[in-house]
Order: sequence, then structure tokens, then C-alpha cells
Amino acid sequence: MGGVTLSPAVPEAAARSRTSRSAVRQIWGSVLLKRIVFYLVAAWAAATLNFLLPRMMPGDPASAILLKMSELGPVTPDRVQLVHRLFGGAASEPLWRQYFSYLGGLLHGDFGLSLAFYPTPVSTVVRSGFLWSVLLLGVSTVIAFVVGTALGALAGRRPGGWLDSVISPLSIFVHALPYFWAALILVYVFAFRLDWFPLSGGAGPDLAPGFDPAFISSAITHAMLPAATIVLTSISGWLIHMRNMMASVVNEDYVLLARAKGLSETRVTTAYAARNAVLPSISSFAVSIGLVVGGSLLTEMVFNYPGLGSLLNQAILNLDYPLMQALFLVISMTVLVANFVMDCLYVLLDPRTREAAS
Amino acid sequence: MTADLVLDVQGLAVEYGTDRPARAVDDISFRLHRGEILGVAGESGSGKSTLMTAVSRLDRPPARVVSGSVRYHPRDGAPVDLLSAPPGQLRELRWDRLAVVFQSAMTALNPVMRVGAQFVDVLRTHQRMNRKEAWKRAAELLELVGIPGDRARNYPHEFSGGMRQRAAIALALACDPEIIVMDEPTTAVDVVMQRQILAQLQELQARFGFAIVFITHDLALLVELADRIMIMYSGRVVETGTASALYRAPQHPYTLGLRDSSPTLRGPRREVRAIGGSAPDLWDLPAGCAFHPRCPQRTAGCDTTRPPLLVRDGHGTACLLAQPAAARPATTPNGTEEGA
Ligand SMILES: Nc1ncnc2c1ncn2[C@@H]1O[C@H](COP(=O)(O)OP(=O)(O)OP(=O)(O)O)[C@@H](O)[C@H]1O
Ligand SMILES: [Mg+2]
Repeated sequence: MGGVTLSPAVPEAAARSRTSRSAVRQIWGSVLLKRIVFYLVAAWAAATLNFLLPRMMPGDPASAILLKMSELGPVTPDRVQLVHRLFGGAASEPLWRQYFSYLGGLLHGDFGLSLAFYPTPVSTVVRSGFLWSVLLLGVSTVIAFVVGTALGALAGRRPGGWLDSVISPLSIFVHALPYFWAALILVYVFAFRLDWFPLSGGAGPDLAPGFDPAFISSAITHAMLPAATIVLTSISGWLIHMRNMMASVVNEDYVLLARAKGLSETRVTTAYAARNAVLPSISSFAVSIGLVVGGSLLTEMVFNYPGLGSLLNQAILNLDYPLMQALFLVISMTVLVANFVMDCLYVLLDPRTREAAS
Repeated sequence: MTADLVLDVQGLAVEYGTDRPARAVDDISFRLHRGEILGVAGESGSGKSTLMTAVSRLDRPPARVVSGSVRYHPRDGAPVDLLSAPPGQLRELRWDRLAVVFQSAMTALNPVMRVGAQFVDVLRTHQRMNRKEAWKRAAELLELVGIPGDRARNYPHEFSGGMRQRAAIALALACDPEIIVMDEPTTAVDVVMQRQILAQLQELQARFGFAIVFITHDLALLVELADRIMIMYSGRVVETGTASALYRAPQHPYTLGLRDSSPTLRGPRREVRAIGGSAPDLWDLPAGCAFHPRCPQRTAGCDTTRPPLLVRDGHGTACLLAQPAAARPATTPNGTEEGA
């Protein structure tokens, strides 16, 4: 029998596959473009909502702000104008004019003056809180994700193995601990009893923020305990998630084939099993990294940490509308940026999404 | 040819589960010679894949090899029992000497790795090639099965089913192995593609000289491809012999049923008849010959005596009908039992 020859590819086929490859590259480019457009639209929608919300509120936030400002000190005419631009209230200008001057102000980062920290500009207040939050929560969320996912991969590599039977029940136990309780226990033991770490704050109060060793080391010791509570309470979620994915992926044929190929156990586990099992975790990670900024309230209150969560708390207590408006905007923008970055990363990690998205 | 033994499987038995184990492969022995194509056929659930994973040491819980040996005979040096080989030695033999093609080539390629990269890692592991050589070789291997070399940079989902199947075969050739175990490598593609792949396979086999264990439920296909055929039923070998003898003159009623239930593309036209009934439950095997409840030719004794595989002149049959008359319990000629 036979009749099929083993001649290499005919030129036509080669040419066809070359065009299909450049087509793939084009698709990939257009997918990226689509995503950028999508996120720009989402960012615009968030900004617009932020413009509309105070204007739809019952009462007149602008006059309330102006009243409060006048109690704190003299108010210049351009300050009055700025407040109207951000919060409406003065009927002198039509809505669309207000809207465009609001958008123009945003582009320059001009949010007016904070009432709670009068007369510091809102942008300055937010910038400092943002740095604290990103440092503490960003770093500890990344640590929890990386360590949790790695441990989950190890446990799920051999479901029912000894590592799995130690790690998995332990992480389910840790997962069940309420955050508040775990945080208080850590504070009691390590700050109050042992006095290894400071009780609260972002850095020593007598140190000026800056790039000097004394301040940095103080900031790190202050961040230890809050970071530990975040890592401790969120690590098990990542671990369990990854462990379950891994336990099912190791049964896939391509993992079995990798083993049949005689590759090293490390390569089978990482390049074949974990590389596929981690994909769903990456998408949840996008969500949680976006929530870092908004979700820091509890930690920052327990540790009196000067991040965005504390700022939001103070803004609400002081009816500091300008600060609130800026915080909401920053929080929604962080969620969008984090999701955009993760989206792009996901497309790089999972080649199948390049087509699916187009 | 007998001197050139490459794989010698003796008394292999595999069970599923521990508290109430089911024997999916029961006391199977066969020998594979260099350059030979051994076909394994049987209905779905007869234990073909279980046998294949056990032989290639790819079995996973709840499967458990309970007895037997799988001896690999290298060209030089002492035979190695794959079942007791230490992991390091086994890893060195894998793919370099013994490669596999899975039943589901669709899912056998890693979806997040370029097809070529899945050739490259194995080439770098076993052939110590550098990255550039390995990519070049990957393209060559793909061209061997009719896939343009530059498609090596594609991901598996950019391949059609037939291409993936052929890529899986090309992958098995990567390290020029001595044995390739193929578990239904063509079930997922249409008949035309199936013919094409098999023709290529035969040419490659003639060129490189590897031995093949070819698993399928399609006996007609095996007859054209294989040198020898082994028929499995409920985890046991019921008949084994050369492809032509087995197809021309099947000794076991099950082989006969299997042959007549599959249409052929070549050869004389026959009426296609299905075997009545269905394969027995492994947890509840009938006594005697496992096939007897479905057997059109059963006689007295079939439900009590389990016939051993008797080999005569290279042809083995596990059926009372084929045993020498002396060994057979007394029955009336037409198989009806005498009244008490
Ligand atoms: N993981 C498992 N757990 C329990 N029993 C199993 C398992 N895998 C297979 N079996 C049983 O082992 C027997 C043989 O299965 P196997 O997959 O080897 O059959 P097969 O001949 O390859 O069938 P097919 O032609 O459908 O691929 C079947 O009865 C099946 O139910
Ligand atoms: Mg099978």
C-alpha cells in the first residue's frame, strides 16, 4: 500500500502558512488595540460618573464645601470657581461647559483643596496615601500570590501525597480565620508582648519621608506586621485555588506525555502542569490587585496605617468631598490599570485567547 | 528475527482500585521484535489502553501493576525490566528508546507551548542538541509527516485535528526510538486522513525500522498494517497470530465476530454483523470463558472452564473449541446438553 510520498512541504503550502503567520500577528495587534480602546472607554465612564454623582446628590455639596472652607480660612475667587467646576452647584455655567472644564482639570491632577487637611491640595494628600498603600498592600498581595500559588502547585502535583496532606488541611484552617481576629492576635503577640514590631503607623513620627536609610528601615519595620496579616489571611486562598487546578491538570494527557518524554520532574511540573494550572489564578489575581487600593480599609484601620484606606475613612468622617471624589477616581483607575496589565499578561500566557478575543 | 527481541512482556496484570480491585489486564504476555508491527485489537473497555500505559510505565492511580515483567532488550547490554527500573534510568530510556502516541492526540500537546518547543525540549534532553539545532530538527520532523516546517512556531490550537495527530507521530520519532506504542492514533480523524497517516507511518517505519505496538478497535485496519495481531477481551488475550492467518481463519468466536462486525475497504465484500450483547462488567466477570454469554458457539463447559491460551505453530487461541479434543469436556456435537 502507500502512495503518499514523504516529500517536504510544497511551496504553495509554505507560502500559505507564511501569510497565516503574519495574519496571526495582525490579529494580535488588533486585539491589543481593542483592549486599549475598551479600557479608555471604561476610564472615561468612571470619570464621568465621578462628575455626575456629586451633582445628583440631594442638597448642594458645593455650597457645603465652600461654607466649610470659609470657616477654615479666606476663600479666593478662583478657589470658588474650582469647587464649582468639580461639584457643580453654581447655575451660571451650562452642564457641558462644567463637564469639559472638569475633564481638563483631571488631566492636570487638579482636585482642589482637601478639607480634612486644609489647605493641602487633594492631589498631594492622595499621592502620599497611594504610595503607602501600594507599598504595603501591593507588596504583600504579590507575596501572598507567589508563595500561595507555588505551595499550591507543590501540593497539587501529587494529590493525596504527603505534602498535599500536610499543606491543604492547614491552609483550609488558616483560611477560616477571620482577618480581624488574626490581625489582633499578631499585634498582641509581636507588638504588645514581644515588642518586636511597632504597634501602629507607617514610620517613626519624627522621621521625614524620603530616601534615607533611617526612614526606609523604620517604614519596613512598621509594614512587617500589617503585611504579615495580609499575607497570612490571603495566602491560603491562592494555595487552595492553585492546588485544585493543579490536581486536575496533572491528569491531562499533555502532562502524561511530558512524563513519557522523560523530561525532568521539575520541567514536567513547571512548564507543563503549573503553566496551565496558573491561568485561572492569574485572572483572579488581576481582580485582587485592583482591589488592593480600595480593600485596604480594614488593615489600615487596625494598624492606623497612613494609606488610602485611612484617608477614605477620614474623608468620610470630615465630609471632605474633594478628597472623596479624588479617592474614588484613584480607586477605580487602579482597578482598571491592574486589569489592563493582567489582561495583556494573560494574552501573553495563553495563546488561545489571542484568537478567542478577536 | 527471533534473535532481535526488543520488548518482552510476561504475565502482566493490572488492577484498578484497592478495596475491590477490578482486573483490567490479566496475565498478558507478548514479545515484540525489532521492526515489527504488533497490533492489539479489542472492543472498548477490553483493557488496551491500560495495557499500553502499564507497558510504558505511565500508569497512574487507581491503576496498579500487580504482577509481571516488561523487559526491554537494548541492542547491546543486559535487558532492563521497565517495571522495576529506577526513575533515573527510566527517564533516560523514555522517548530515546520507547516513545508513545496517545489515543487523544487532540489533548496530548501542551496548549500554551509552541508545537516546535515541545519537540525542542525532548531533543535537548535526550540528544543534547543546542536550541538552534533542535528547532531545525523539529521543522524537519514535521516535514516528515507532511506539515510545513515553519508551522513549528504555531500553537497546537492553530493545527487541525489531522495535523495534531501527525505532529504527535512526528514527535514520537524525535529521538529515533526503537519502540513506539500507539494507542488508537487515528480515531479522531476521518477515513481519508486515517489512510494517509497510516501510509506515512508505514513508510516511516520502513525507513527508520522502529517496532510498533499499534492499538485499535478496528481489526480491518490492523490486518493491513500489522505483522502480528493480538485480540483482547476483558483484559485477556483470546487469540494471537499472524495478521493474515488471524483474519483469514479466526479460531476464536470473538475474533470471528470482531472481523465480521467491521467493514473493510479492500478484500471481498462481506455481510457486516455486530456481536450481540455487550462487554462484561470487570467487577462482575462471568465464570468460565468471559465471552461465553455472548458466544454463538458456546458449548458445555464454557461457563465453568476458563480456557488457557494454547499456542500451536505461533498461533494462540483461548477457546475450548480450539483445544485438542482430549482436553475438552464431553459435549454433544451440536452443543445442546444431554437431558438429565
Ligand atoms: N481510572 C480508572 N478507574 C477505574 N477503572 C478504570 C479506569 N480506567 C479504565 N478503567 C477500566 O478498565 C477497563 C479497561 O479500560 P481501557 O481504557 O484500558 O480500555 P480500552 O480497551 O482502551 O478501551 P477504548 O477502546 O474505549 O479506549 C475498563 O473496564 C474501564 O472501565
Ligand atoms: Mg483506550
